[in-house]
Amino acid sequence: MSQDLELGLYVFVLATFLGLEIIRRVSPLLHTPLMSLTNAISAITIVGSILVAGEQKTTLSTVLGSIAVACSMINIVGGYLITYRMLRMFRKSGKNRP
Amino acid sequence: MIDRAIPLLYLGAAVSFILALKWLSAVPTARRGVIVGAAGMALAVAGTLLKPEIESYRWIAVAFVAGTVIGVPMAMMPMTAVPQRTALSHAFGALAAALVGTAEFYLKAPAIDRFTMGALALEVLLGFLTFTASLMAFGKLQEILPTRPITWKSQNLLNFTLLGLAAASGAYLVARPEAAWLFPVFGALALAFGVMLVIPIGGADMPTVISLLNSYAGLSAAAMGFVLNNKLLIIAGALDGSSGFILSVIMCRAMNRSFTNVLFGAFGQAQASAGASGERRAARSATPEEAAGILHVASRVIVVPGYGMAVAQAQHKVRELYDVLTKAGVDVRFAIHPVAGRMPGHMNVLLAEANIPYDRLVEMEDVNSDFPQADVALVIGANDVTNPAARHDRNSPIYGMPILDVDKARTVMVIKRSMSPGFAGIENELYYLDRTLMVFGDAKSVVGNIVKEFAGGT
Repeated sequence: MSQDLELGLYVFVLATFLGLEIIRRVSPLLHTPLMSLTNAISAITIVGSILVAGEQKTTLSTVLGSIAVACSMINIVGGYLITYRMLRMFRKSGKNRP
Repeated sequence: MIDRAIPLLYLGAAVSFILALKWLSAVPTARRGVIVGAAGMALAVAGTLLKPEIESYRWIAVAFVAGTVIGVPMAMMPMTAVPQRTALSHAFGALAAALVGTAEFYLKAPAIDRFTMGALALEVLLGFLTFTASLMAFGKLQEILPTRPITWKSQNLLNFTLLGLAAASGAYLVARPEAAWLFPVFGALALAFGVMLVIPIGGADMPTVISLLNSYAGLSAAAMGFVLNNKLLIIAGALDGSSGFILSVIMCRAMNRSFTNVLFGAFGQAQASAGASGERRAARSATPEEAAGILHVASRVIVVPGYGMAVAQAQHKVRELYDVLTKAGVDVRFAIHPVAGRMPGHMNVLLAEANIPYDRLVEMEDVNSDFPQADVALVIGANDVTNPAARHDRNSPIYGMPILDVDKARTVMVIKRSMSPGFAGIENELYYLDRTLMVFGDAKSVVGNIVKEFAGGT
């Protein structure tokens, strides 16, 4: 097993455990914003997309990469905005929504 | 110099994502969480743009603009449309991962080591199947496609064959990456399996399906991290994968069903016969005036909203009812079943949008002990999650499913269009109890009339 792989697996397993612990604490009240936020975070695929689109190695890779950048960007912009919009709607009794 | 700073930017992004999810755990810190999450993404994008491998920014810039132009309207959709919007964005995210995987394959193969090829195959498999499965889920939620489960004989056999063939071709590519001709076949099999996976799943099971697809999209991003040897992708993908996993477990538990049962059980179908049996009993019906009269003498009311409320767009009328009742000194709370609505937590967002304070929304485990003290349980557009048969009738298809114990309230009022059964296709014995009053009609106009009568009567 190469060192990169070994390290990668460690990171993956530890991040999964951390994720399980953190997400378990999220109030069911906020499960919809949770899903739209994790959806925005999974748009981290933009990192790979930018590299493939920007390296300009072949036409195919540039085209596929650019489409992937656009798809990831949709989720970044849309995901963070709608999560923020949703959370602004939650207010306590006695307080009016700004 | 800049080269050495990039890993630090990525580290900063990973920390931001973890903090974002941590702060999302409660309403007061949640907005901060979103901002930190967005900042983390900005760090990641900036770090990537600084990489020396990038030859040209032209198409990246075009794609940024295109993504923003499509992304902004997708963030402005009404809250009732959030489930289909989420399904659609799962599709975009998965497609991005699958396309990057495809591009990497044609760039690297056949000079690709086994392990990288394995991760790449996983990325492409999960990416393509999540892409079509999410599009199918979108179609069902948007009601472009029929929401009922579509089943046929030996469906599961076909699905397993497709998945088996996809896995086998993926494995062959790992062993022999020079077999480039097989790659399109592999992709097509994954796309086809995604379609077939969601066809037999009904509308009521969408919360579980969406959560599961959320998890797959994350795992696909993590697999991309292994291909590119990028720890940030691995961390973000793992966080997303575990979140989707937890949500799907919660959804399954709330329906007392297993993963396999949701994915391969085709719910609505089998129970169609069970609903037809049993003699017709009489239910008592009431007018909005009578309902308002009962609410006048009540001091504790628990409202049970269901997806029917959202379909009728009645949430704003429900807020008006909440306002007049609260003003009259009535204690009003909302009981939220975990699978109410079309995605996890959907009902909370709908009620928050209607400006109902979130501290009035109570989860099932916390509210069930309060029903015996409630004067009125007002059920609006919810059905199966209130059926007492789930507690005692071993023959009922929903036996064992956790429900809201509305039948323990002094009076139960149900606002419903007709006596037609819910998604599970079974009759609800709640409607025939002595303490139950049925108020028939469209939820929006019925609640509006109750508000009018209530306000007029004081």
